[in-house]
Amino acid sequence: MANKTMIKAITDALDQELTRDEKVLVFGEDVGKNGGVFRATEDLQEKHGETRVFDTPLAESGILGLSTGLALEGFRPVPEIQFFGFVFETMDQIAGQISRIRFRLGGTRQMPITIRAPFGGGVHTPELHADSLEGLMAQIPGLRVVIPSNPYDAKGLLISAIRSDDPVVFLEHMKLYRSIKADVPDEEYTIPLDKANVAKEGSDLTIIAYGAMVQEAIKASDELAKQNISAEVVDLRTVSPIDEEAILESVKKTGRAVVVQEAQKQAGVGSQVAAVIAEKGILYLKAPIGRVAAPNTPYPFSEAESDWLPNKNDIVLKAKEILGY
Amino acid sequence: MSKKIIDFEQLKKFDDEFKPVQLLSTEGELVEPDWEPDLSDDELVELFKQMVWSRTLDERSTKLNRQGRLGFYAPTAGEEASQIASNFAMEKDDFILPAYRDVPQLVQHGLPLYQAFLWSRGHVDGNKYPEELQALPPQIIIGAQYVQTAGVALGLKLKGQKNVAYTYTGDGGTSQGDFYEGINFAGAFQAPAIFIIQNNGYAISVPRNKQTAAKTLAQKAVAAGIPGIQVDGMDPLAVYEVTKEARDYAIAGNGPVLIETLTYRYGPHTLSGDDPKRYRTKEIDDPWIKRDPLVRMRLYLESKGLWNQEEEDVYVEEVRTQINEAIDKVENMPKQKISEYLENTFKDTPVGIQEEIEKFEEKEAR
Repeated sequence: MANKTMIKAITDALDQELTRDEKVLVFGEDVGKNGGVFRATEDLQEKHGETRVFDTPLAESGILGLSTGLALEGFRPVPEIQFFGFVFETMDQIAGQISRIRFRLGGTRQMPITIRAPFGGGVHTPELHADSLEGLMAQIPGLRVVIPSNPYDAKGLLISAIRSDDPVVFLEHMKLYRSIKADVPDEEYTIPLDKANVAKEGSDLTIIAYGAMVQEAIKASDELAKQNISAEVVDLRTVSPIDEEAILESVKKTGRAVVVQEAQKQAGVGSQVAAVIAEKGILYLKAPIGRVAAPNTPYPFSEAESDWLPNKNDIVLKAKEILGY
Repeated sequence: MSKKIIDFEQLKKFDDEFKPVQLLSTEGELVEPDWEPDLSDDELVELFKQMVWSRTLDERSTKLNRQGRLGFYAPTAGEEASQIASNFAMEKDDFILPAYRDVPQLVQHGLPLYQAFLWSRGHVDGNKYPEELQALPPQIIIGAQYVQTAGVALGLKLKGQKNVAYTYTGDGGTSQGDFYEGINFAGAFQAPAIFIIQNNGYAISVPRNKQTAAKTLAQKAVAAGIPGIQVDGMDPLAVYEVTKEARDYAIAGNGPVLIETLTYRYGPHTLSGDDPKRYRTKEIDDPWIKRDPLVRMRLYLESKGLWNQEEEDVYVEEVRTQINEAIDKVENMPKQKISEYLENTFKDTPVGIQEEIEKFEEKEAR
């Protein structure tokens, strides 16, 4: 057990899977000798060789087409998209190809591909680096979308994703890469996909969040606790498919729900969470479902991030509004 | 500086390096007596029989489509040399990534004919490929098969397998980004891939010269730093020989090759409403009909005493019987189940989908 950042936990997971299974291949733009633009693949090429960890030409559709072909030849590709804002270049390979191949071939072939990509705001990146596009991915049948909120989850979920025979989009929030440290076991371990986690227990209302918004939700719950309000924080971890059971169980207990996402209100997966509560848990509710999300504009110019991105204050305000309903 | 230092016309000079390879004249004679491909008499007959099979399949498929017994169908008549002779140069363990018009190659590579018909009709069982069949179903997204081919080829290379990945697109497809990314990736990784452009002159109604100012499509290989070859796509011996040499070159570890076949489709783009009379005339069609690959190959075999009309008539009847058997089998397939669709969507089925499966199983049992 050691105190690690999320980026280190991710490197650990990749290193251990490369060691465990010779079919695992890690590739993308600058992931080889350079060790990745965030050092997520640092030293992996030196340790595992250039046929296991390698750089590619600068073309996202090519990278994921390469992944499809390698998976057809029995490999377990872990490609990287340098920033998830660049996913538009390869939407066909994800939404039109990889996610459908098992279905298309009547269950006779698998696509064990884990697409890693950083995203997320708060670190003043240039245009189309920080956009939250998980909502687009969540609407694609045949695909899992995983977003860890802390170092421990990142390692366990990434190992599970790589071992899954289904394709996974694994989104890593840039602000979380080095901002928090946590105890992470040195040995390999898995965290089940499709399962949410109660990050903090509470009884007065449920805050459902994912990614960096989990950390904001925890901060908000600390502040609410000072006002004698007990908030439960549910971390989705897998945002598609969502863990309906965990959400409904918590809402049943508290009777109130606030759904939080960094993405614009019309994007993300918050509307899906709200719909599940409305569809299956409406009789548990003592108040309408509250939602915290970013404004419906393109991602802001970097100097406006702090005014645009949702934060713990927005969550506290929304929680009190729901409690006062 | 008053004098210009760039000679732009000179910069386009590599156009001249791409001249179509031809081995057989339209009269079925070898263009150069020394250029006979290394094929036995039996192999030559087999190649021609596959071409006759393909033409017969095209005629029957068109009729079956008109009768509503087949669904989506992209005609292939005219492209037998380009499709069949290129495929004839490949081995069973080579991996084919066909486009929607490349069903004949797929069947010759090992897909049972009735499954090709199921694919046309839109039935999942058409795409349940036997384990040993090295292939993907026909690709609808033009260009996607090219980037995927680079990946399959890299996989073969990493495994040390002496095989190639091969793929097809049309002339219009060369304008896609994935076309370029595919050949460029395969080049950068020196992967054993054969990329075939079947230039039949039209992308639906848009003529080839509206796609690009490049004088040949083969020269697009230059952008990837790989060899590009243009071949008479109505000449089965030329297509075979070029593909065979490209395959040998690729499995020797030299990287990918791009081949442009100059060919023609006698029919419409697809049978889903395209009418070539809107954009082609008899004057455009006629010279290509004179270059029919079957006529050329038939004359060649007859001159060698390897084939005659009687044998052909018997063979065509055989093929028709096979086709009838396949279509009968298809019409007796069980209906598709949504519960099976749901089961095929994930290997590890999520809870929510499991609930949907149960719901549909109940409905389907009624």
